[in-house]
Amino acid sequence: MWDYTEKVNDHFMHPRNVGNIKNPDGVGEVGSLACGDALKLMFKLDKDGRIKEAKFQTFGCASAIASSSALTEMIIGKTLEEAERITNKDIAAYLGGLPKQKVHCSVMGREALEAAIYNHRTGKRWDKELEGEVVCHCFGVTDKELERVVRENDIQTLEGLTDATKAGGGCGNCLPDLQKIIDRVHAEQAAASGEPEERPMTNLQKIHLIEDVIDREIRPALRQDGGDLELIDVDGNTVKVRFRGACSGCIISEITLKDVVEARLKENVSEDITVEEVK
Amino acid sequence: MRTVYLDNNATTQIAPEVREAMLPFLTDLWGNPSSMHTFGGQVKKYIETAREQVAALIGAADPQEITFTSCGSESNNLAIRGGAEAMDKPPHIITSKVEHAAVSGPCHYLEDRGFRLTKLDVDELGRLDLDTLQRDLRAGRNLTSLMWANNETGVVFPVGLIGEMVHEAGGVFHTDAVQAVGKIPMKISELPVDMLSLSGHKIHAPKGVAAIYIRRGTKVKPLVLGGHQERGRRAGTENVPYIVGLGVACNLAAKHLEEESTRVKAMRDRLEAGILESCPGSRVNGDTKGRLPNTTNISFDYIEGEAIILMLDDRGICASTGSACASGSLEPSHVLRAMNVAGVSVHGSIRFSLSTYNTDEDVDAVLTELPKIVKRLRELSPFVS
Repeated sequence: MWDYTEKVNDHFMHPRNVGNIKNPDGVGEVGSLACGDALKLMFKLDKDGRIKEAKFQTFGCASAIASSSALTEMIIGKTLEEAERITNKDIAAYLGGLPKQKVHCSVMGREALEAAIYNHRTGKRWDKELEGEVVCHCFGVTDKELERVVRENDIQTLEGLTDATKAGGGCGNCLPDLQKIIDRVHAEQAAASGEPEERPMTNLQKIHLIEDVIDREIRPALRQDGGDLELIDVDGNTVKVRFRGACSGCIISEITLKDVVEARLKENVSEDITVEEVK
Repeated sequence: MRTVYLDNNATTQIAPEVREAMLPFLTDLWGNPSSMHTFGGQVKKYIETAREQVAALIGAADPQEITFTSCGSESNNLAIRGGAEAMDKPPHIITSKVEHAAVSGPCHYLEDRGFRLTKLDVDELGRLDLDTLQRDLRAGRNLTSLMWANNETGVVFPVGLIGEMVHEAGGVFHTDAVQAVGKIPMKISELPVDMLSLSGHKIHAPKGVAAIYIRRGTKVKPLVLGGHQERGRRAGTENVPYIVGLGVACNLAAKHLEEESTRVKAMRDRLEAGILESCPGSRVNGDTKGRLPNTTNISFDYIEGEAIILMLDDRGICASTGSACASGSLEPSHVLRAMNVAGVSVHGSIRFSLSTYNTDEDVDAVLTELPKIVKRLRELSPFVS
C-alpha cells in the first residue's frame, strides 16, 4: 500500500481541470499505453500571454492522475516563461511529496508541460527523440531527459534514477549507460562547483588555509597521542613543519608526516602540497 | 462503511472455529511437546491430530508425509532447495514463467549456483505448454516445480499429467498448491506428486503456519537444522497453537469443498458476468474452462489497475491488481506478460477472489460501484475519446 499524502489522495479522487480544450494554444502528449502511464496536457493563453485555462487527461495510477491535476493548478495564471521553470520536484512538493517509486509521475507532468510549450512555440508535435538519444528502450527515455532529471533531482543512485524516470526498470540492459549518465552529470557538477576554488589562491590565503587545516584537523589527532606540530614556513607548495612533544623523535613521525599531515593538506588545500619536516 | 473483502487469494479471514481451537494453546496448554513430563508432552497429540487433518484434506496416505512449516514460501524453499540438494547429481530444474516468487526465488537461487534452469512458457490463456515440457524432460534427471493453480488468474495446471511425464523421465515433481488446497478436491495418494506445498492463511487459518507434503521415499535436505522435530525435516520447537489452527482450518475446508464448487463458484460467475456486461472494454484473463472456482481476473482496457483498486478501496471494496504501478516494479504482472495480454489491458487488470464468507451482497456492491469507477477513469484517460 502506498503512503500517499492527503493532497495526492484529494487530487486523485477529485482531479481538477479534467478534459479537453477546443482550439488549444498548446498540446503536449507524453507516455504510452505500453509504459503504463500517459498524459495529455492542453492550455489556452489570455491576451497577456498568461495561461488562462489548462486541462488534462491521464492514463495511470493515483499519483499520475494527482500529478497531472496538480500541474494544471500550478500553471494556470502563469506566463509560459514562468511555467517553464516548474520542475518535477515542484510538482511533487505541491502534492506534499510522492513515494520515491512514484517520482516518475511528477517527471511525466513536467515533460508534458515542456511538450505543450514546444507545441505552442513551433506548431509541431514534441518528439523527445529529437531532443536526444533514447537510452532506455523499454520506456523510451532519452539521454537529455535523464541528464536533466539527475541534475534537477540531485539523483545519486541507479535506483533513484529508475524511480524518477522508469529507465532501467524493464530489461535492465541500459543500466551501465544510466550509471555513465549519472557519473557524467556529477563530474560536470563537480567541475562547475569546483571552479571558484581552482582560482589560484594568494600566498596569504594559502597560509591561512593551511593554518586552519592544521588547527582543525591535524593538531587534535596528534594531541591524542601527546604530540603537536608547528608550522615553520610555506614556500610555494612546500609546507615546512616541526614536530613537537611526543611526535618529535617518534619513530613513525615520517609516516605521520605523509599519511596524516600531507594527506589532510592535499585534501583540503591543494593536491600539489608536499610537506617537509624541519628537525 | 462495510468492508467487502474479495482478495482471498492474498489472505483470508481467520475462521471463528479456528480461533476458538487455538485459544487453549495460548492460555493453559503452553507446554513443549518434546518434554518428558505430562504437562508438556500432552500437547504432542494435538499436533498429531492436526497432521491427520491436513493429510485428510489433501488425501495423503500417511499423516507422517506432512511436515509443518512457517509459511508457503518455506514449504516451497524446502521442496526446491532441499529437494535439489538431496539428489545425487545436480538435477535440471524445470519450472514455469507464471510461478509465485516463492517458487521462482529458490529456482533462481539454484541457477546462480550452477544448476540448469528452464522456465516453461504458457499460452495466451495461461495454459502450460506440455510439448515443451516433454522436450525439456529429455535433458536428464530433473526436479520439476509447477503450481497447481495460479494465484493471479486461478488457471489450473494438469498436475496428474505433468507428474506422470516427470516420473517417466525419472524426475521429482513438486507442486505449489497454496491456491488450490481447500478450493478443489484432491487425493494426493493417487497422484504422481512427490511434494506439495500448502499454506494456512489461504484457508482461514492465521498467517505463520503452513505445511509440506513429502511422499514417503522422497529425499529432502532440511533447511532448518537442529533438533529432531518433524522427524528431522524441520528443526525448531513446534508452533503448537498455529499448527492446531491449521488442522482445524483443513477440517473446515474439507467440509466447505462442495460449497466452493457450487455457492462460491456461482457468486464468482455472477460477479464476472455482471462486470463483463456492465463494463464495456473488459475481458477475462485466463482459461475460463480450467480455473479455480473462486477467482476471476478481469482487464479493463485503457485504464490503470492501481487507480481502480484505490477507487474501489474508497468504497470499502478490497481486490488486487497486476498493474505495475501498484507493485512499484514498473513492469506489470509477470503472469499476464507471460500470457501476452494485450498492451491496452495489461496495466488494467483486477483480481477478485472469493471465499465461503462472501455473500451475494458483496457481489452486488461490486456490480454497483465498479461500472461507475471504470466510467470515471475512462473519462480521465487520453486513450478514450
